[in-house]
Amino acid sequence: MNAQIARLFGVIVILFTLLLVWTSRWTVIDATQLDNNPLNRLTLIHQLTIKRGRILADNSAVLAKSIPAGGGTWKRAYPTGSLFAQAIGYSNIAEGSAAGMERFRGPELRGLQTGLSSVFGQLSPRPVGDDVLSSLDPKAQQVAQTLLAGRAGSVVAMDPQTGAIKVMYADPSYDDNHPNPNAPGQFNRSTQGSYPPGSTFKVVTAAAAIDSGKYTPNSIVDGKSPVTISGVPLNNDNNQSFGPIDLTTALTYSVNTVWAQVAEALGRKTMTRYMKRFGFYSKPPLDYPADEINTSRPYSSTGTAYPPGSPNEDIGRIAIGQGGLLVTPLQMAMVAAAVANGGRLMTPHLASRVVDPSGRTVETIAPTLWHRVMKASAASEVAQMMKKVVDEGTGTPAQLGSGITFAGKTGTASVGLAGLNLTQPWFIGFAPIQNPKVAVAVTIERSQGGFGGTVAAPIAKAIVQTLLSEGQ
Amino acid sequence: MRARNRELLGLIPASLLVTAGFAGVFIQRQNALTNISLTYGAIFLALCLVTHLFIRFTLPYADPYLFPLVALLASFGVVMVYRIDSTLARQQAQWFVFGLILFVVTIIAFRDYRKLERYRYTIVAVSLGLLLLPRLPGIGAQVNGAYLGVRIPGLFIFQPTEFAKIGLVIFLASYLRDTRQVLVMGARRILGVTLPPLKHFGPVLVIWGVAMIILVLLHDIGSSLMFYGALLSMLYVATGRLSFVVIGVLAFGLGAWFLGTHIQHITDRADAWLHPFDPKLYNQVGGSFQLANGIFAQAAGGLFGQGFGQSVITVPGSNPTAYLIPAPQTDMIYAIITDELGLFGAGAVLIAYLLFVARGFKAAVLARDSFSTLLAAGLSAVFALQVFVIVGGVTRVIPLTGVTLPFISYGGSSIVANFVLLALLLLVSDRARRPERA
Repeated sequence: MNAQIARLFGVIVILFTLLLVWTSRWTVIDATQLDNNPLNRLTLIHQLTIKRGRILADNSAVLAKSIPAGGGTWKRAYPTGSLFAQAIGYSNIAEGSAAGMERFRGPELRGLQTGLSSVFGQLSPRPVGDDVLSSLDPKAQQVAQTLLAGRAGSVVAMDPQTGAIKVMYADPSYDDNHPNPNAPGQFNRSTQGSYPPGSTFKVVTAAAAIDSGKYTPNSIVDGKSPVTISGVPLNNDNNQSFGPIDLTTALTYSVNTVWAQVAEALGRKTMTRYMKRFGFYSKPPLDYPADEINTSRPYSSTGTAYPPGSPNEDIGRIAIGQGGLLVTPLQMAMVAAAVANGGRLMTPHLASRVVDPSGRTVETIAPTLWHRVMKASAASEVAQMMKKVVDEGTGTPAQLGSGITFAGKTGTASVGLAGLNLTQPWFIGFAPIQNPKVAVAVTIERSQGGFGGTVAAPIAKAIVQTLLSEGQ
Repeated sequence: MRARNRELLGLIPASLLVTAGFAGVFIQRQNALTNISLTYGAIFLALCLVTHLFIRFTLPYADPYLFPLVALLASFGVVMVYRIDSTLARQQAQWFVFGLILFVVTIIAFRDYRKLERYRYTIVAVSLGLLLLPRLPGIGAQVNGAYLGVRIPGLFIFQPTEFAKIGLVIFLASYLRDTRQVLVMGARRILGVTLPPLKHFGPVLVIWGVAMIILVLLHDIGSSLMFYGALLSMLYVATGRLSFVVIGVLAFGLGAWFLGTHIQHITDRADAWLHPFDPKLYNQVGGSFQLANGIFAQAAGGLFGQGFGQSVITVPGSNPTAYLIPAPQTDMIYAIITDELGLFGAGAVLIAYLLFVARGFKAAVLARDSFSTLLAAGLSAVFALQVFVIVGGVTRVIPLTGVTLPFISYGGSSIVANFVLLALLLLVSDRARRPERA
């Protein structure tokens, strides 16, 4: 019987080899594929056990933190709630949803988890992620919330020299402790709202006119009204004719017909080149989820995006913020920042530093140049023109007083059906003109007849005052 | 070195494993090495030593590797069960003690185990009766669609198949010892196939037919496979006729196909086996949730595993506790071992089992009478098949069915029955290796 026993043992060895082969298949050969199987919840559960790092404001106020959720897991809490909800976003790992900085900075907030293990398991305490320090300023953010006073709109402020975002607030907001994908506030108007920029866009046209060398601030253009642009008559406000005026005056009083003629004279190609340099036609490189940022660009009446330089673009009307041009408040803050910083548009960013749990700085988000929009001399000339807007033009309500110079531009776009008198008031600007510290964009949605100068400029003024007073 | 000293040295790996395992679980839980938790390891090792001394005095010639291998496997089990649920670990420790008591009783009562032959019909009748128990109204306990246990009110669920497997092996060893010559000599060739004479083969067929029907009634495919495999193994060892095995395998295949298409519980298991990652089957009650998550856990283990105590078994923070891997301490314990100790750890467990089976077969080869040979070979085969059925189920080699992983899974019946199995193997081995008296 011994030969049979030997053969029987052989069969059993084969059976056990099968077991080992199949175990290898799951542990090694197919492991990656299994880890990524949508039914596999282990990766998700692992993430729940990581204590994500905090997100801090520039004054070290806690904007997001992890609190125990039982069973060795963590959940996120947002002490400031709706005030920072759009900028910070939220992270709900259990439901696999996230937004904003929480989403973009996920790898840092989870920390570098190398998965080093041994028979004894991870000898270190439970994994803890890194803290992300942001440049957001709680005081100015609070001013934005207070002054928007529940009206739909947005305030974005940044440091033009570094690209650091200081304020990003939009109404309606939401409580990111209880995110709800259907809540209107989860649409971040600061980065996703697409609005006609109105006359604030004339800053871009002015920059193109002067930097291209075709015009100077003193160039004279006839400000009559109406003027035929793309075969259709274009009026100034109240159909006012200004006669021959220089470009500084044309910006100060926001003369539509002058800037439309300038743009047509510059040509579609030149205008498109400068628009691209300011960041139009592409997504701003903000450290924020790309699908939560909209591109600012002209659209046809049916809503399709024009390719850059398309012959169908009405460049004369685009030059004054019409012609189907739709922009985000973030983009308009970047326009102001580019002029403020001598034509050097810095990469906008919300995070400034990443710090590990022991307090060591892991990563510093250094200021980087994104686009060189125009010569410093041209930027300086445009800045002087914008200063005049606040000193004596449509932007006088933004005057800061106490000798601090403010360069700005108002905008009041008509929205909705004619006769309803609905407007989209805007104000963009920066201060102080020498050594600018703040660039700001403010807009209000569907205002009842409000003007950029009267509705948006006072908010911009308060934001700039708050940020400048903190900087001292 | 004398056999018993080799056995003593063989206990070192088990003690190292227990120490490392408990230390790992403690560190992971971040609690200090408390007295209570340390006692588990200490008591376990003390029991191993006592058992070793008992074997030293009663069975001095028995195989020196069988018990250390069991100790190694059991130490895996104690650590894993403790890691899954410390309450269960305490019960497991109690069963361990009870198993050792029965081990001692078996060795003392059946020092001359050949007297078991006298009771072979009683043994087989009791075994078949045991198999029927779970279907009896009132005491039968249905688990996941299979009738696997008998509920002893207020105490525990008794799993009769664990004991029945030993009884049936004893019967077959005895019966085949008597008839193996006749089965071969009297065989006739019909249509080119060698068939044994019905007169002598009849009782085997009848008893196994009954056993199969019972198992069909119990819906316990795993045990059915294990028993049938043991029958074929012993028949082959006894007669050396491959044709008997081929016929048996074909008959089983046919039966499995028929049952697989006619009994819902078996069809479900087969579907889950073939398509474990189908979202519909995954979410279906009695579907592939358990199997799929067991495979995910193995994938998380990789080559070296995540370390003791690192496997995610329950959904964290869930209240009441939601199991990500149902039955982690019994059916799925191999998946948890793979998750925490990786391919190498799982391979080590499989090799330990294979070595145990090899030593069992060695005892069978050395035995001086046919009954002893068949008994040792049958016990080793049924043990190996049990491991194959459950590990094969968890690794998706075959459909997943609920049998225990011997000496590792939580479960009183399993621990106790397998200690009886060990006792019988040691008895056979001791007699086989005893020097002939001059």
